[in-house]
Amino acid sequence: MTEIRWHGRGGQGAFTASKLFGEAVALYGGLHALAFPSFGPERRGAPVLAFTKISAEKIEDRSDIRKCDYIVILDESLFDGNFINDLKPEGKIIINTSLPDKYKNHYDKRIIAVDATGISSSVLGKPIANTAMTAVLASVSGIAEPLILYKALKHYFKDELLRKNMEIITRTFDISQNIIRQ
Amino acid sequence: MNRPPVRKYIKPKHISDYPVGPSFSAGYLTSDNSGWRTLRPVIDNDSCTGCLKCYLCCPEGVIYPKEGKIDIDYDFCKGCGICSKICRNKVIKMEKEKK
Amino acid sequence: MKAIRKFISGDDAVAEAVRLASPDFIAAYPITPQTVVVERLSEMVEDGSLVSEFMHVESEHSALSACMGASAMGVRTFTATSSQGLLYMAECLPYASGGRFPIVMMNGNRSVALPWSIYGDHRDSLSQLDSGWIQIYVEDAQESLDMTIQAFAIAENAEVLTPVMINLDGFLLTHTYELVEIPEKDIVGSWLAPVDNPYAMNFDNPRNMGFSSQPSDNTEFKYQQHKAVEDSRKIILETEKSFEQIFGRSYGGLAAGFMCDDAEFIIITLGSVTGTCRTVVRELRKEGIKAGLIKIRFMRPFPTDEIIGLTTNAKAIAVLDRDISFGYEGTVFTNVNSALARTHNDILKMNYIAGLGGRDIPKESIREIFKELEEGLTTRPDKAVKFLNLNVETDEKYSDSEDNSTQHHREGVLLWS
Repeated sequence: MTEIRWHGRGGQGAFTASKLFGEAVALYGGLHALAFPSFGPERRGAPVLAFTKISAEKIEDRSDIRKCDYIVILDESLFDGNFINDLKPEGKIIINTSLPDKYKNHYDKRIIAVDATGISSSVLGKPIANTAMTAVLASVSGIAEPLILYKALKHYFKDELLRKNMEIITRTFDISQNIIRQ
Repeated sequence: MNRPPVRKYIKPKHISDYPVGPSFSAGYLTSDNSGWRTLRPVIDNDSCTGCLKCYLCCPEGVIYPKEGKIDIDYDFCKGCGICSKICRNKVIKMEKEKK
Repeated sequence: MKAIRKFISGDDAVAEAVRLASPDFIAAYPITPQTVVVERLSEMVEDGSLVSEFMHVESEHSALSACMGASAMGVRTFTATSSQGLLYMAECLPYASGGRFPIVMMNGNRSVALPWSIYGDHRDSLSQLDSGWIQIYVEDAQESLDMTIQAFAIAENAEVLTPVMINLDGFLLTHTYELVEIPEKDIVGSWLAPVDNPYAMNFDNPRNMGFSSQPSDNTEFKYQQHKAVEDSRKIILETEKSFEQIFGRSYGGLAAGFMCDDAEFIIITLGSVTGTCRTVVRELRKEGIKAGLIKIRFMRPFPTDEIIGLTTNAKAIAVLDRDISFGYEGTVFTNVNSALARTHNDILKMNYIAGLGGRDIPKESIREIFKELEEGLTTRPDKAVKFLNLNVETDEKYSDSEDNSTQHHREGVLLWS
């Protein structure tokens, strides 16, 4: 089972990202998925967590995620070095930062940094990085192709916004592929 | 500052350390809110006229008058930026929060 | 069949089921973690995808009272609540069942105050076990949808005419998104017979309803009510069978056994923790341990015969209760024990109180329970009730082998300082 933890702030769309990714792989990727927010009160601006569980088999275990395959951080200010301890041995941290080079010399090579906000801003004109981060996760994990993310996006956006979000996914996916190859 | 002191919650070790029922002595906060902030308001107190508009408008009540000037409680400021928006002399700047 | 698949939450799934069942009347008051159900239904009524009278009420007590009024007229009615809301309508629960109003209610299982908590456990619905309602518990969003539709068929059956409460674990089911197959409305419409309540009140059939009874008749009314819930077993099974024929899904009647045929150690569950336990049972089977699982799907009527049958070869059973009846034991355990006392007095029966107020129940703890069952066969602990993952020291010892003499009491220390 692939276990993903998303970090964001209330309003940044971390839970929507966890749901979009789960929806894509469950409806169009032939896999099973559960997506859930950190249970409890919802407050705009407060640090929030969201989770996605993905598996080839039906997911019956609804207990908490302990060790993660991927920790996806939508807001760099939420990154904490201790997150490394929450990873499975082959796990990775995916971080949205305006300065990806900052993490190049990080002692742990399991950190992948992408300027998702930069890509989103240039396409959307708004610093909303959640769809971009689903593309980074898709690229890094190999769980999802952009095509199935496009299909899931159609449940969230229409017309111009849909087209722009598809472009964000295409661009972010390609950039992430290059980063992985490096 | 005029707020209750923060006393961090520590999980009790023995059942007799729990209060009987959900109650405890009042007048304490158990955590701060500074983690909500991505931008931090910084006041140029030299240019501040002490009009106290920010004190009145702060939705979190974390701005206090101090010796004719202004003081911000950064432990509880959520970084909403209202103080900066309403400052008539533009002396409150929102700066990126450093870790 | 043209069913569509959607990635939705348990709350959404219930709302979809209600849309498909198309009740004539809905009255509900929003409360976490049920709120989304009320939001979706009001949106559906607003956009016309559900044609229903949606009554805005000021409380849960009024919500169920309004449903009783509507149901008395012989129309399909639905409400939804949780926790404090369920307790606030408590007065109306036996009123609805005594009045034989076939109302369907969704309850988002949530802890009850105090301490205040919005997180899940079963203390809300189990406290209303004696209210005369049929109680269903489910483990995923698909089962939530399927059983909400079936709940109408069961409740409204002329031989049953008893309200049905369908319980979803707060957050674990209500707020978790997963793949759900949503049947076509026309097909549900033709499967689910329209309400045909012979005791409905209308101009052609004026009735005097909700009267009082003297001691000479009260017992007879209660016997009649008890008989109806007892006999609903047959209707529940028939409903499931006919639902399966059309929609292709079934869940195993009043209590579903998993690998119980030769099982020596069986865990008995209610609700969403079932999946975690099933995962552990599969793992233990691979390790050669004869583990099994019973998922109780109906608390009323209680699956007595099913549980007796499924535990034929069991040496030890553990009941996982997300509730506690203070001063006794978990309510599910009491019910299971009473059933097993008829035939299985020799097996070891343990009760684990777990998942209170939203506490996680991890796989490791379930494994630990099975280990304790195995050890218990030789140690035979005299204390059956145990709080799982109690993260605090107490002076109590659960096992005979442990030293019980070190009683110590410490002064209340200011640990919140």
